[in-house]
Amino acid sequence: MQTSYTVNDFKSDQYVRWCPGCGDHALLNSIQRAMAEIGVSPDNTAVISGIGCSSRLPYYVNTYGFHTIHGRASAIATGVKVANPRLAVWQITGDGDCLAIGGNHFIHAVRRNVDINIVLVNNGIYGLTKGQYAPTSKRGFISKSSPYGTIEDPFNASNLCLGAGGQFFARILDTDLKNSQEVLKLAAQHKGCSVVEALVNCVIFNDGTHKEVSAKEVREDYTIFLRHGEPMIFGKDRDKGLIVDGFKLKVVKIGENGITENDILVHDAKCPDKTLHFKLGHMRGPELPLALGVIRDTEAPVYDEEVYTQFEEIKPKRNYKSLNEFFMSLETWEIK
Amino acid sequence: MIVTVKELDRAVVRFSGDSGDGMQLTGTLFSTLSAIFGNEISTFPDYPAEIRAPQGTLSGVSGFQVHIGNKVYTPGDKADVLVAMNPAALKVNVKNIKKDAVILVDADAFDESGLKKALYKTEDPIEELKLGAAQLVAVPISTLVKESLADTGMGNKEILRSKNMFALGLICWLFNKPIEEAMRLLHRKFGKKPGVLQANIKVLTDGFNYGHNIHASVSTYNIRPTDMPKGIYTDVKGNEATAWGLIAAAQQAGLQLFLGSYPITPASEILQELAARKDLGVITVQAEDEIAGICTAIGASFAGNLAATSTSGPGLALKSEGINLAVMAELPLVIIDVQRGGPSTGLPTKTEQSDLLQALYGRNGESPLVVLAASTPSNCFDFAYMASKLALEHMTPVILLTDGFLANGSSAWRLPDLSQFPAINPPFVHKEMQGKWAPYLRNEQGSRYWAIPGTEGFAHRIGGLEKDSRTGAISTDPANHQLMTDLRQQKIDNIAKVIPPLQLSGNSNADLLVVGWGGTYGHLYSAVRQFNEQGRQAALAHFNYINPLPANTEEVLNKFKKIVVCELNSGQFASHLRSKLKLKGEILQYNKVQGQPFTVEELLRHFSTIL
Repeated sequence: MQTSYTVNDFKSDQYVRWCPGCGDHALLNSIQRAMAEIGVSPDNTAVISGIGCSSRLPYYVNTYGFHTIHGRASAIATGVKVANPRLAVWQITGDGDCLAIGGNHFIHAVRRNVDINIVLVNNGIYGLTKGQYAPTSKRGFISKSSPYGTIEDPFNASNLCLGAGGQFFARILDTDLKNSQEVLKLAAQHKGCSVVEALVNCVIFNDGTHKEVSAKEVREDYTIFLRHGEPMIFGKDRDKGLIVDGFKLKVVKIGENGITENDILVHDAKCPDKTLHFKLGHMRGPELPLALGVIRDTEAPVYDEEVYTQFEEIKPKRNYKSLNEFFMSLETWEIK
Repeated sequence: MIVTVKELDRAVVRFSGDSGDGMQLTGTLFSTLSAIFGNEISTFPDYPAEIRAPQGTLSGVSGFQVHIGNKVYTPGDKADVLVAMNPAALKVNVKNIKKDAVILVDADAFDESGLKKALYKTEDPIEELKLGAAQLVAVPISTLVKESLADTGMGNKEILRSKNMFALGLICWLFNKPIEEAMRLLHRKFGKKPGVLQANIKVLTDGFNYGHNIHASVSTYNIRPTDMPKGIYTDVKGNEATAWGLIAAAQQAGLQLFLGSYPITPASEILQELAARKDLGVITVQAEDEIAGICTAIGASFAGNLAATSTSGPGLALKSEGINLAVMAELPLVIIDVQRGGPSTGLPTKTEQSDLLQALYGRNGESPLVVLAASTPSNCFDFAYMASKLALEHMTPVILLTDGFLANGSSAWRLPDLSQFPAINPPFVHKEMQGKWAPYLRNEQGSRYWAIPGTEGFAHRIGGLEKDSRTGAISTDPANHQLMTDLRQQKIDNIAKVIPPLQLSGNSNADLLVVGWGGTYGHLYSAVRQFNEQGRQAALAHFNYINPLPANTEEVLNKFKKIVVCELNSGQFASHLRSKLKLKGEILQYNKVQGQPFTVEELLRHFSTIL
């Protein structure tokens, strides 16, 4: 039996139909690489998606796949995993699919802690319907359906996920292949529901949406890649770090005002208290860097495991083992 | 004093009181007792819409009707005996009893305050309600129960909770049922609470003895036992039977049963029963909403389970898009709709048959699927089983329609011999197909094959987008869409070949054919039988298979000069028949949309006007 896989084992024969330059191409590549590294066979992998550009992804991976209906991927993936827990279940979902029409299913999948790997593909726009604003679009965003700018604030996926009781949240950039692959692998290995927000570019309707953090020349100064157990240091010259100042996070320069590396916060993704994880997930420029990498990675009872654990707990207590025996345990009478 | 005992074939007893008076339990115990002594039973609870309306008020009256005897097919039109625990219960049920009914009341409850709460205008309820022809048995039940349990040290409130057992004792006396069997039932029910058990048995016995000793000038009844087929029986409600039918089907197919559901009246008991049957390995997910209910089930079906979702009309509306995904992806799925009064929130606790067209057509696109309808509380088991079988073998969603009347009503059910149920063989892919297989390759029945994730060599992608009939890849080709549309329809049409033909009951040479479907069976059957007994002639064609219709439907219906389709909606099944069949004659309709079942009496009246 095959136990190691290459990226080619996860490539399907279908022509990839995303626009040239779309961030989904790179994300697909990262996902396939992560899948190969985890070592679960394509036949034991199920990729579930909703509707939207990114939700076409199941057709491009050579696994079991189900391209479902708008917003419902979390619920369908929940059913797949509970019914067949040996499968590695991935959910590919866009920002509209996951956070607008599918918001309810998303928070409940997170709350139940079903062991699925949710990849939330956030390009801040509705691409497949040709350019309406998304629940992740910034206030004032101008689009076809908000010609005078939106008058609503966006969701922060990290806060929503953690607020719903999320045990694993990470953020990646489409253009950052190496780190994406590492994070997706950690997400897949996490027991329970993992959410990876992938910031991707929509070259047609929202080009450059993440450029203030994703462009090569600014990325290191405007993002921080978090790793569990490592100090929160970032910047081109690795001379900036994060400290706690009162209730706030604050960027400091190492070497200035007596600050040394020892003063910098060390990332603890496994800390049960999520206060700091909330703050990290919420960071935005220009004052603070955008947090990338695994923000939270904690353990909690896993729904699909609990289903089967409960079966085992009940079994010894019951007085019947089959439907027939169950019928006989009811109030019955015999006509002779 | 001469005690007369009336020998009867059947009788209808209605228990009523405050929703906290325990009338549902009393009714259930009495119907089980009657069944144990060889009577057929049919029961129906009549819950108030409110969970706990103010005590003693008209809106708080809870009822439970049981029909016992032989040739019992319905819970009965009007009651021969009414138990009314308070003035409100009496007032509410005047319309539900026969003129000369025996009325058993708790006299203590008919005080000034009780009459006031029930909005009586005078101090004489019997006169006010024009119940002069009834046989009143007024018993100070509350006082007697207090005396009965005076030495137990129980609190007043606790003591009065046993009032219903006093009533049960009286009814056992009235129907000549030995109370030893009732005691045995109480032992089973309260075995773990010795104090409650002792109190209930004491009160039951005192009630029974009181009946014997009062020398009331009413006759008691002896309901003749029925010649029922040999076997072991239990009393089953439609929702329980539905749940168990799914378990039996999963067991037969060798599959895990999965229910994704969201609580809704009157379908919640299916979720609850299956959740309790985790002890038999059933998976239930109480989803975040109706949509997630069906979507978790669709996921489970994709992953290889026998998957089902249970709901009522408003929930079925929310599930439409999900149902269509199962139609398009050609996945087996059982959708149970326990119909209630609509539209919108409608009459949640009342029964209706008005979701038929929603079940048949309530989706976007050309979306054929199988629709079945159960027709008695106990055959909910059979049709849940058949719905599962058809779904699994033909790779299609199946909607099973039951209704509030079947769901909460009960009938005696002979425990089934599961080995006699037909085999269930889903069209799984098999190893030899590897390399030659594609997701929409079909077998001779027109069903696609099922490749369950985890099966080596059969990884594939399906979804809601139209797919190429040969390769399974996304396709927008016009000719392919036409072909796939036709193939999906053909697959459903083919099922007409495997379902049983339509059978008639009653007089098949009659001019008049009565047509019904689903939960109205008991009333229609009783009405047609009585019609023929009266020397008139009619036949009954009752449908359980709604789509596709049995293959011989057109032929059978065209033998009759007059057809009347009777249903609890404004004519949905009649429309279905008109659209699907070439019928020679006119189809008449008899419709009722009141949230209530038919009565045999009104059906008989209507049949007479037709001939």
